[in-house]
Amino acid sequence: MTLDHKRLGLMYLWSIIAMMFLGGAFVMLIRAELFSPGEDFVSADTFNQLFTLHGSIMVFLVIIPSIPAALGNFVLPLMLGAKDVAFPKLNRMSYHLYVMGAIFFVASMLATGLDTGWTFYAPYSTSESPAHRAILFAVFGAFVLGFSSIFTGLNFLVTIHKMRPPGMTWFKMPLFLWAIYATSIIQILATPVIGITLLLVAVERMLEIGIFNPALGGDPVLFQHMFWFYSHPAVYIMLLPAMGVMSELISTYSRKSIFGYRYIALSSVAIAVVSFVVWGHHMYVSGQSVLVSVLFSAITFFVAVPSAVKVFNWIATLYKGSIRLTSSMIYGLAIIWLFGIGGLTGLWLAALETDIHLHDTYFVVSHFHFVMVGSAIMAFLGGIHHWWPKFYGTMLNEKVSLWGASLLFLGFNLTFLPQFIAGTQGMPRRYFDYAERFEGYNQISTVGAFLMGFSMLLIVANFLRSIRSGKPAPANPWGAVTLEWNTAPIPDPHNFDDAPVVGDPYDLSIFKWDEAEGGYVPTRPVPGLPYIALPNADSTESQH
Amino acid sequence: MILPTLLPLILQQQDGEGGFFFPPVASDLAIASDSLFFTILYLSGLFFAIIVFTTLYFVWKYHHTKCPEPQPSPVHNNTIEIIWTVVPTILLAWIFMEGFEGCLARKTPPPDAYEIHAQGRKWSWNFTYPDGTESSVLHLPLGKAVRVNLASSDVLHSLFVPAFRVKMDVVPGRYEQLWFTPTMLGEFDVYCAEYCGTNHSAMITTAVVHSQEDFDAWLSEAGDFMTKLSPIEAGERVFASKGCAACHSVAGVAGIGPALNGRFGQERKLSDGSSVTFDANYVRESLLDPTAKIADGFQPIMPTFQGQLDDDKMRVLVEYLKSLQ
Repeated sequence: MTLDHKRLGLMYLWSIIAMMFLGGAFVMLIRAELFSPGEDFVSADTFNQLFTLHGSIMVFLVIIPSIPAALGNFVLPLMLGAKDVAFPKLNRMSYHLYVMGAIFFVASMLATGLDTGWTFYAPYSTSESPAHRAILFAVFGAFVLGFSSIFTGLNFLVTIHKMRPPGMTWFKMPLFLWAIYATSIIQILATPVIGITLLLVAVERMLEIGIFNPALGGDPVLFQHMFWFYSHPAVYIMLLPAMGVMSELISTYSRKSIFGYRYIALSSVAIAVVSFVVWGHHMYVSGQSVLVSVLFSAITFFVAVPSAVKVFNWIATLYKGSIRLTSSMIYGLAIIWLFGIGGLTGLWLAALETDIHLHDTYFVVSHFHFVMVGSAIMAFLGGIHHWWPKFYGTMLNEKVSLWGASLLFLGFNLTFLPQFIAGTQGMPRRYFDYAERFEGYNQISTVGAFLMGFSMLLIVANFLRSIRSGKPAPANPWGAVTLEWNTAPIPDPHNFDDAPVVGDPYDLSIFKWDEAEGGYVPTRPVPGLPYIALPNADSTESQH
Repeated sequence: MILPTLLPLILQQQDGEGGFFFPPVASDLAIASDSLFFTILYLSGLFFAIIVFTTLYFVWKYHHTKCPEPQPSPVHNNTIEIIWTVVPTILLAWIFMEGFEGCLARKTPPPDAYEIHAQGRKWSWNFTYPDGTESSVLHLPLGKAVRVNLASSDVLHSLFVPAFRVKMDVVPGRYEQLWFTPTMLGEFDVYCAEYCGTNHSAMITTAVVHSQEDFDAWLSEAGDFMTKLSPIEAGERVFASKGCAACHSVAGVAGIGPALNGRFGQERKLSDGSSVTFDANYVRESLLDPTAKIADGFQPIMPTFQGQLDDDKMRVLVEYLKSLQ
């Protein structure tokens, strides 16, 4: 049983990839069914269970833990020049809770045929059908997963506060750490609310106290308030780490210091704070008071500003750089566009008038997939390609990586761009069957979804091939200057032999591409760079 | 050649039958809502074009084959940061105000609006008019402000008419409302937009916009069908207007609920193993207290019709069920 953050990070990585394939398999069935109107492959009830499984697995088991738990665990202590996170045992417990929660959550949904959608809206979820009587099991699974998330957040927060090396002041931290820091705040403060909500569902079921169910005197809209009080900040649990990865990718592959460091860092914190007071924009047509909707709309527009600022700073970073279109950079550039679309389509949904027509249609489905898949999952994959050399000491086949990234980008746009039009034309979400006039949009969508599925297989096959027979990786294949690259090709269990020397995390002029060496070499003597000085250090020589 | 003719079709607000983005424009609210939609489309389209163009240009201009070394350039600039913070903030505040004004109009129906009550239940809609006339289809007079009061018999639903650009959740235990003025004759889809279970995507009906004369004629014909039609025909009308067919077939096919033809007078097996005679009293009990006796093999999910069916309507329903073979 390991306590090593790097091993735990990789265990998370493969668990999350496995869950992504499970959730992806369900959506393949959904898209196959939606290829044409009417009942083709599955019944309406099965369809409803499939989108419940797809949504719940992708949100709770894939995107929320993806970057923080997998990449965060692996990279965060290395970036801090630390030996491990502050609480290694708590870290392992987080992973065990994740696995237990995931098994329990998925098993109970499959066993009971839960069909409420991932939002579990009352009173549908609390009505007297057998599947809903068993909702307590799924709710308990989500409850356990919540603790996994809280423990990870707590661990990272303490680690960043207490274990920064001498010289690494707050404004000398890599931006990935700022993003994880802001994410941790949300994880710790928001996740308990979903726990409480799920507990109240259980209390209502077992003790018949009316909380959400109007038949018992409860209020179903209260459930929506409590659900989104967690689930909207959760969007930023998914998005902020992606923005952190972005800042690392754009800067490294432009060979230039990130533009507007402080603005990017502080915008992460601003997003974390404001994200707590925008949840009501999910509820303009729920029957909440007009005054409340107006306030939420105003604050929602406000939260768009720091996100826009980040995008502008990334683009400014490209200016006068020396750009290399590696697969990680392709993901990075794709995210600028996809997040641009995801963010800008949010304006129609934040505006009180236009949201009325678009709410609960495919426009919303497409909007949040642009943010959650087009930004968060793409950043997860971009991050994996970036840090992969440190994972197993081997390189990925770059050609295959480029194909994977490009096909995924193409498939993604084919899938989700038509859904915007299906939405404005009025196709509601969670529809098993639809009118003839929506058929064209759905057929393009289905073709795109299968292309996405294929490219994911290609991407993961590339990972597996690299583990088996990949070229040995040099210690610092990208010439990056954050501390994780200042370790052995496969980092030692204790990470660093000596306390590393901290400099500017974005002073990329330290390294220069050397054609003769076929790698990055230091341009000037830098103290404390034992591995980086040897671009071709063979991983097989490292002790592991 | 194609682009100059195609682009306006995509990017211009269309009226009448709708266009690339929208279904028919059939209410006053649709015109206002679409106009804001296109305003945001132009603004965000401009921003997106700038983003795409600059990234592509920078990638081409500063590709490492052209620029093996990064050139010196500032890493921060407060002026530019303030500009690209303040400009979007102002634009966003303006979009917010536009949306806010539209929302206020949507929330204040005129006091003389024509009132229709809409009842949502798994998985059908029922509309009641001021004179008590009921219909499963939403009939509307052209050019008259209509206020729809919404209530649910079971779980959350949401009344959504894409052509009118209106949508409002139907919440059990409280009343919600929406209003609009139909501006186009014709038939338009009415959907349920809030997930409500098995037949969510089949909880569809039609909104029919008539001229005032046709509407009045429909209303008076539909209003006194109880006196004008035979009990069996009247029962058929009640069966349709209450949306019974969403779950109960009259052609012998078991759906969400058991089929109802040829059942009258027969013994029916119940889920607790006992059996009951399918007679007038059983029908009456099943309407008022649907979960009292559950047919074998079916779920206890039928909503109650307590308070929604008077004795006369139940009597003609029984006559109708009797007549089904």
